[in-house]
Amino acid sequence: MADFLQLLVAGLATGGIYALAAIGFVLLWQTSQTINFAQGEFVMVPAFFVLAAMKLGGVSFPAAMLIGLVVSLLVLGLLFKRLVVDPVLRHGVLPLVISTIALAIFLKEAVKEFYAADAQPFPAAWATTNLAIGSAVVSAQNLVIIAVAVVAVGLLQYFLNATRTGRRMQATAQNPGLARILGIPVEHMILYTFLINAALVALASFLVSPIYLAKFTNGETLGLVAFVAAIVGGFNQVRGAIVGGLLLGVIDNFVAAYLSAQYRAAIPLFLLIVVILVRPQGLVGRAEERTV
Amino acid sequence: MKSGWIAAAALALAALQAEAQQTVNMPIVIELSGAGAVSGTNFRDGAVLAIDEINAKGGILGRKISAPQSDTQSNPGVSRAQVQRAIDSNPYVILGPVFSGSVKVNMILAQQAEVPQITGAEAADITQAGNPYIFRTSFGQQMSMPKIANYIRDGLKAKTVSVLWVNNDFGKGGRDTFVKEMAARGIKVLADLSTESGQVDFAADVVKVKGANADAIFVYTNEEESARFLREARKQGIKTPLIGETTLLGQKVIELAGEAANGVRGHVGLTVDAPIPAVQGFRERFFKRFNYLPDHNGLKGYTGVYAVKHATERIGKFDRRLLAKTMHGLTIKPEQEPGILMEATWDDKGDIDRISFLAEVVDGKQKIVQILPKLGK
Amino acid sequence: MKIPPRARVLAGAAAVALLVAAPFGLKPYGIYLLSLWAVMTIAAIGLNLTLGYAGQISLAQAAFVGIGAYTAALLTTQGWPLWAAFVLATALSFVIGWLLGYPALRVQHHYLAFVTLSFTTLVFLILRNEEWLTKGVYGITGIPRPNVLGWSTQMPVDFYFFCLGVLALVSAATWWLIRSPWGRAFTALRENPIRASSLGVDTRRYTLMAFAIGSALGGIAGVLYAPLVQFIEPTAFALGLSFSLLLMVIVGGAGYFLGPFLGAAVSVLLPEWLRFTEGLYLILYALFVMVLVAVCPSGLIGLAERLRRPAAIATPEPAPPDDGTGSS
Repeated sequence: MADFLQLLVAGLATGGIYALAAIGFVLLWQTSQTINFAQGEFVMVPAFFVLAAMKLGGVSFPAAMLIGLVVSLLVLGLLFKRLVVDPVLRHGVLPLVISTIALAIFLKEAVKEFYAADAQPFPAAWATTNLAIGSAVVSAQNLVIIAVAVVAVGLLQYFLNATRTGRRMQATAQNPGLARILGIPVEHMILYTFLINAALVALASFLVSPIYLAKFTNGETLGLVAFVAAIVGGFNQVRGAIVGGLLLGVIDNFVAAYLSAQYRAAIPLFLLIVVILVRPQGLVGRAEERTV
Repeated sequence: MKSGWIAAAALALAALQAEAQQTVNMPIVIELSGAGAVSGTNFRDGAVLAIDEINAKGGILGRKISAPQSDTQSNPGVSRAQVQRAIDSNPYVILGPVFSGSVKVNMILAQQAEVPQITGAEAADITQAGNPYIFRTSFGQQMSMPKIANYIRDGLKAKTVSVLWVNNDFGKGGRDTFVKEMAARGIKVLADLSTESGQVDFAADVVKVKGANADAIFVYTNEEESARFLREARKQGIKTPLIGETTLLGQKVIELAGEAANGVRGHVGLTVDAPIPAVQGFRERFFKRFNYLPDHNGLKGYTGVYAVKHATERIGKFDRRLLAKTMHGLTIKPEQEPGILMEATWDDKGDIDRISFLAEVVDGKQKIVQILPKLGK
Repeated sequence: MKIPPRARVLAGAAAVALLVAAPFGLKPYGIYLLSLWAVMTIAAIGLNLTLGYAGQISLAQAAFVGIGAYTAALLTTQGWPLWAAFVLATALSFVIGWLLGYPALRVQHHYLAFVTLSFTTLVFLILRNEEWLTKGVYGITGIPRPNVLGWSTQMPVDFYFFCLGVLALVSAATWWLIRSPWGRAFTALRENPIRASSLGVDTRRYTLMAFAIGSALGGIAGVLYAPLVQFIEPTAFALGLSFSLLLMVIVGGAGYFLGPFLGAAVSVLLPEWLRFTEGLYLILYALFVMVLVAVCPSGLIGLAERLRRPAAIATPEPAPPDDGTGSS
């Protein structure tokens, strides 16, 4: 049925966006026990770095993207780690949760105050053509997003499993104390994680902002979906983010079309509760052993 | 005990009145953060532009306008507090808020304190609660929906319609009024779709609307969502006429939706794109002052302040009760008061009657197709 | 705390006297803010029980405030007295809290945050979509203020004293609870869950109790909120309020009895003090929270304690939900 195909393809496309947002979230948690409640805002902000560079600096779009990427790495990677996470993490997980909640508010309001409250159009990095798949129509942008998400995860998995640095990062995640004893520069490993997350969210931002339009409230929905996608897919596996994201995108569309539009937001939440209670490691994740 | 309070309150009030001799106090209670930030900021800036223009010419009856601002945070609880605060300062008139939910709660306070209130909210029931102190400077939904309904019946000759609306009190109120008007005209509503504020993915909604295959589709969401819907509709090849209100045909939507906005038609009550020199002049001045183009909320704030000025000058003094009484049934023409921009009449409930426009988006611009006369007169 | 008991009693009496005298020097707006502070403090006290004493991250408090508020609004607009709403809302919140906590508390702490987050959003959706019951997005207007034993609370000052009275009752009850054997079990739970269970404390049962009581207090706060604002609609009880309450508890000092009072004061009054900064106050508040959490995670009261006794051994901070080294 044509409708079914259209919904499926659209769902996968939106799911790809969710997946990109979830990947970095999972990565941060996996390697440095950071639950970043500001992840949605992290995906919202880099687009504004680019817009600001173009508006205030008058640079061209490609140059602005580069500037945006560098600034993201600095602010959302390095500064985030040094100024927000490090001072707080030694007090435990809860204070860090609080801190990232406050950080989300800060980023949101700062963009609203210092840039603009209304939605801004964001240029796409490539042509916005539409393709026909059977009787369904999907935009090239959406396909690119899915492709990029999958490639990013593939590269990440390769990096984590097949390179020396990657394996060191995994060791750090599993047991920082032991890693330190083994001579792994733990601090550096954790820093790399933050930088990778910053790069991922910047990438996500550049990909989704042409469709979402850049607005300070974008982080709210994206953040929530990222958490749900990460947990449903599997909090301790980066692959889980992809599975969770795609699944959520598809389910959302089918629920809205065939069940109830008013409650479409409820299904992911139900799914979250069910997964946490029945299979906390997520659909794809490995069962975590309790440390105590 | 009680008389002690009353005495204290009276003393305080007298002290305040003594202070406020040189300026006239018109606090702006408005959404500056939260979901209503964009509408509220536009309203505020329009009002501020008017206030500065009036003050530059000497104010109202020789007294300059002082307009302290408070942020309702798009939260009715906060807005109630802010209106209370405004009332405590012995205001002449309260300007705002724009969000219907906020207005409903603080309207009661303003009414009890007998303070006239100029609001930008569009929910129908605001002027149906018997409050003699509430006034609008834009159509309530109960006035704009009949106009749209007439256009759908007579202009499009549609027998069936689908409606897509955003699930907040703005969208739902509009949808409820619209459905009622459709029923009154014997037009069947085939698909009735609620969408979320901030929704991004409209694929499911477009699929459903395509399936319903009505003669026309009425879209009643906020600007960004309208843009996203239009793009998705264009992508999936919808050929049915898309009809909307001010939030579908505005310049912002055209900017965000690009090519997908072409062909969209609808009723526009208040628009900065109207082919009226006074309105164009306002648009230029607003842009020059604030560096962005206003939306219809800017017009609401601007004309509201000038309406108060004109009515006050008619009375010749600052009397809140008399102001409210005077405004009921008042007509202000641009020849009498240029700041009103377009002729406006208020009825005994506080609703405004003006000419409005049928528009179509052609080649990336809003084109006025027809000017609709006022409902009364 | 090593302040001599007499000084503590005097300070307490002075604070109470201030709270009682304050409304007479304020305009209706200021009185409204004080009433709002009292209501938020009650909700924060509930969350403090769950978070500060039992160590559970809950983002569900807003939903319980909403349940309480809608119960009160629906009952009183139909002519029922407010005390009926108190009874029903407290019972409802307690039961729902228990039912929610039963499965939810089996999971680890970070998961609980997400489960409670989902719960709040689900409750919001129900409040918004079930128009036949809650009037949906239009909200419920015209909520009357109660007559308490023949005394009308219509005027701002009267209603403020009513809120203050309820706050006093709730505080007394909480004080008693914490000092009781139950309360001591909570503290044991928080400090060292493993040891507590090895000593025979039924961890699950006590945590569940704390969660349910905390939720009930949220409901009570909601019952007061409805006649205070006299208009309610669903968005007031969404996730934003949960985050606000969480920040209140942390900023004040989780696990300290006076923490919620202080935290609610900061949250309600800070926008006032920072009014001159126009749109910046949320940014400043967020920065303040981030700095506070980094410098002193036990909140303002923890900070005050530290300043008072710099050389002495610091009072044990409420332990973070996991063992603090960051491994799960």
